Amino acid sequence: MTEADFAFLRDYLKKRSGLALGPEKRYLVESRLSPVCRRFNLATLSDLVGTLRLSREGPLERAVVEAMTTNETFFFRDRVPFDLFRDVLLPRAIAARGATRRLRIWSAAASTGQEPYSLAMLVHEAAAQLAGWQIEIVGTDLSTEVLEKARLGLYSHFEVQRGLPVQLLVKHFTQVGEQWRISPKLAGMVSYRPLNLLQPFEHLGQFDIVYCRNVLIYFDAPTKADVLERIAKALAPDGAVLLGAAETVIGLTEALVPDGQHRGLYRQGATHRAAAPQRLAAGF
Amino acid sequence: MRTGLVVDDSAVIRKVARRILETLDFSVRDAEDGQKALALCAEEMPAVVLLDWNMPNMDGYDVLRHLRQLPGGDRPKVLFCTTENDIGAIARALRAGADEYIMKPFDREIMMAKLDQVGFTVRLPEHA
Repeated sequence: MTEADFAFLRDYLKKRSGLALGPEKRYLVESRLSPVCRRFNLATLSDLVGTLRLSREGPLERAVVEAMTTNETFFFRDRVPFDLFRDVLLPRAIAARGATRRLRIWSAAASTGQEPYSLAMLVHEAAAQLAGWQIEIVGTDLSTEVLEKARLGLYSHFEVQRGLPVQLLVKHFTQVGEQWRISPKLAGMVSYRPLNLLQPFEHLGQFDIVYCRNVLIYFDAPTKADVLERIAKALAPDGAVLLGAAETVIGLTEALVPDGQHRGLYRQGATHRAAAPQRLAAGF
Repeated sequence: MRTGLVVDDSAVIRKVARRILETLDFSVRDAEDGQKALALCAEEMPAVVLLDWNMPNMDGYDVLRHLRQLPGGDRPKVLFCTTENDIGAIARALRAGADEYIMKPFDREIMMAKLDQVGFTVRLPEHA
């Protein structure tokens, strides 16, 4: 790949997905885009770049963006965020939303569904306290391809063994040949929508809990700040945002501030909160 | 050092599992059948047992039942390890007292995930 091709791809991906690629990512670009070349019968990466220069939105353009932005995921990834959901966020939400009995959760980089389904399993474990509640988990991702897999809810042996306790496998999955399908009950709790975080997302409505993990790391600072500020706007005044272990709001925006006790957990900042139209008395 | 026991009638699986556990800082013994496994447990109870389901003479289910009746036999975390991956077999293993289930073929990453799930801190050494 020539310098010019790499520079074009960096610029192209930045505009379409916000992905900020440093010069050290050259190898990543080559390894992720070579299979795309083969799929579209393009002999070299230079041919791929040449085609991208000439064409508008289409299957090739989508494939390039998806190949570069699809990230690894597994059930209960990193464990701590899910312990936090079970032990802190869900009990707080149950206390704060007792009147409306309505809870909306957003998994902002849902990928192939493991994160939203992990959250759904934890909601299910608290079913006794949530009888009569309306719980909605919205999973979004830039890639329509991964969302298709998420909707199917079918996972390989390898995927169900990574992070998923066997008791939950037995409880929530059925075997379909060599694969495992998530139960209709859990699947029914999650809805999936394609979304580019660089585009407006007001249409998704307001959320009580937002999981936005391991996606901001790919953006440059101004893009991170923009996305975080818009997430803060989509958050209920007493809601919570959880970011990935390597992500922070510090130095980027004051729209979200750390929830002192818990690493990775954020709430609306004071200035932002004062501007919010309504605030619930019982915060969580 | 924490201790592990690999029980499998396949020498290849024993070798692979043993090597993985050793890189994760376990001191490992192995047994090719249930009787030998139970004898080793009676001698010194391991912290974790990787137990094959399908073995001649005494299968994994029987080994587990006997193990849990030994003094201190409730302590080891038992990971069932087999190619049998139907949900009935998994449920039966859990009822018999298994803590986790590993489907073959497995690799170090899966083994690490399962050990983590049953409460072991697993970190790859720098050189691994």
